[in-house]
Amino acid sequence: MKISKSFTIKNEMGLHARVAALIVKVTEKYQSTVTLEKNGEKADGKSILDILTLACPKGSVITVTAEGDDSGSVLEELDALIESKFGEK
Amino acid sequence: MESKETRRTFILRGIAASPGINWGQAYVIKQKDVPAPQYKLDDPGRVKREVARFRGAIATFESELDDITEKIRNGEELGPLLIDIYRMIVKDRRFVQGTEKNICDRQINAEWALQISLAKYRRIFGRMEDIYLKERVKDIENVVHSLLRHLSGDKTEPISAITGQVIIIARDLSPADTVQMTSDTILGFATDMGGKTSHTAILARSMEIPAVVGLQRVTGEVRTNDIVIVDGTSGAVIINPLPDMAKRYEEKRKHYLAMEEDSLKRALLPAVTRDGRRIKIGANIEFSEDIPSALEHGADGIGLYRTEFLYINRDDLPTENEHYQAYRRVLAQDGIKWATIRTFDLGGDKFLSDPKLADEMNPAMGLRAVRYCLREVDLFKVQLRAILRASAYGNVRIMFPMISGVQEIREVRHILDTVMAELERDEIPMADDIQIGIMIEVPSAVMMADSLAEEVDFFSIGTNDLIQYALAIDRINERVTYLYRPLHPAVLRLIRQVVDAAHAAGITVAMCGEMAGDPLCAMALIGLELDELSMTPLAMPRIKKIIRETTVEEAKHVLADIMALTVTDEIEAYITRYMIERFPGVCPMINGET
Repeated sequence: MKISKSFTIKNEMGLHARVAALIVKVTEKYQSTVTLEKNGEKADGKSILDILTLACPKGSVITVTAEGDDSGSVLEELDALIESKFGEK
Repeated sequence: MESKETRRTFILRGIAASPGINWGQAYVIKQKDVPAPQYKLDDPGRVKREVARFRGAIATFESELDDITEKIRNGEELGPLLIDIYRMIVKDRRFVQGTEKNICDRQINAEWALQISLAKYRRIFGRMEDIYLKERVKDIENVVHSLLRHLSGDKTEPISAITGQVIIIARDLSPADTVQMTSDTILGFATDMGGKTSHTAILARSMEIPAVVGLQRVTGEVRTNDIVIVDGTSGAVIINPLPDMAKRYEEKRKHYLAMEEDSLKRALLPAVTRDGRRIKIGANIEFSEDIPSALEHGADGIGLYRTEFLYINRDDLPTENEHYQAYRRVLAQDGIKWATIRTFDLGGDKFLSDPKLADEMNPAMGLRAVRYCLREVDLFKVQLRAILRASAYGNVRIMFPMISGVQEIREVRHILDTVMAELERDEIPMADDIQIGIMIEVPSAVMMADSLAEEVDFFSIGTNDLIQYALAIDRINERVTYLYRPLHPAVLRLIRQVVDAAHAAGITVAMCGEMAGDPLCAMALIGLELDELSMTPLAMPRIKKIIRETTVEEAKHVLADIMALTVTDEIEAYITRYMIERFPGVCPMINGET
């Protein structure tokens, strides 16, 4: 199953290394492929470097797409993580 | 004894990356360039082996990261997470596959392929606009550097090899280096590279190791075993400090250790006693960069701006414009209500370029400060012109050190008047109400305080020198330092005489020596009714807390009790007992301070 959801990055520092690592820690647990998309550019949600190279400062809008058997669970967990601003300000 | 040249004093300014102050022997890490040869794999059979070699380096690096994780004590959250980031990068499938693809397609060695991968990421990150995100390319650089090191067969890890307590001096430290630092062996670090948001800085903060980064040339200036002070609070690194500088920083260090988080939060409240007496809190600073920290710790203004650093970092004399720019930088800072600039307070021997002035046997009593300025009038005028020009941009007070009597201050004022007249003639703007004051630090000035008060707008008591002159102690001579006691009854009487003379003449009196920031002396100073206490910023939260929790009436009682005593030991015992009982939270470690 393929599902998508859009988010606005709200933490001060944007998707920096610590945050990207937290995302990868989630995506790695699941079978589904995860793709982050910003302005038509795509990044592999299981690659910390891909996420970093997407360059998402505060205010960026990204679309997260998960595809696979457990796509619902991975998106749900990413949703909580992003909405909590990754535990940052 | 080493020659003066090799022990030269240097001050470098960098970015204050992790607060705290420490000093110790330098350990300079010479970063070896990791060899990164580039060659084609002539035999296709070697491609497989090269990929295996690359994977081997990854495996070695991963097990190194495991070792580091184990070594980190206390499990600080940032440390392990950083190691995770490295682990993710080195396992990143795009990074690994991309590099392996280069090895295979281009038939090149692993080092070359890695450099191509790194160049690709440098291009991508170089185009980013967000500075913080842009800086993350450093993480990839560090990983690539580590892999190149493993490919070259180099197993040495510089940091973990260090024994004893040292200040680490390096061009740059990878976060993997810093997570191996423990506060047991590393007193602080100072690096050429780095910024406030670099992982190194963040980690140093989480491990509470003082750090100054972005110094640009610290590895060039420092040699292993030099004595180095790292002030991670203001961003200064001092190499081979002069003895009194070293003492001052040791005081700062103690204050930092004693400072409570809690009192910092309340440091911004005004220093008003419960019965309504406001005491101005000044900061003792050496650089304009010290001011933000001073304000954060609760300063109202600058009570003592030492200008010596302008002179000691160099071979030639500072120009008028250099003076002026330095003073402008101080006055340009928002939030300071006044800045008291103290004129040149060194001996002529500090000018290395002037061999005529031989070292004096006892420089504290030698040709220094205003004495030197009255002999080298041209040099003095340069500084005065610069201060007067800067006065157009903020509330400047000029303070002259080492004044011993009326004659000297009149001579100084005469020179100042001459310079003012020159500036007026040239229509150079300056403030028209600049306050002129003197340091009271020579005992003869105390005796003459009533007459001196007629000559100036304010006094500032410099207790460091006043105590050493009054009690006849050479502060540098360790065999007599036990005699250096701010609460000696004679010192208290001297201060009272100065305050009384000042107030009788209607001028204000400040104190800018270490005594002003000593919590044990605070009640006496409040009771003596000093108008301003100026101290190192780190001392402010505690002193303000005492002021806010007491009354002048209570302080006067304490003062009366201790002034009735004639033995220093008894005064110290009395006040220590009193402070521990009365302010248990403020003075928790009075006896532990050594």
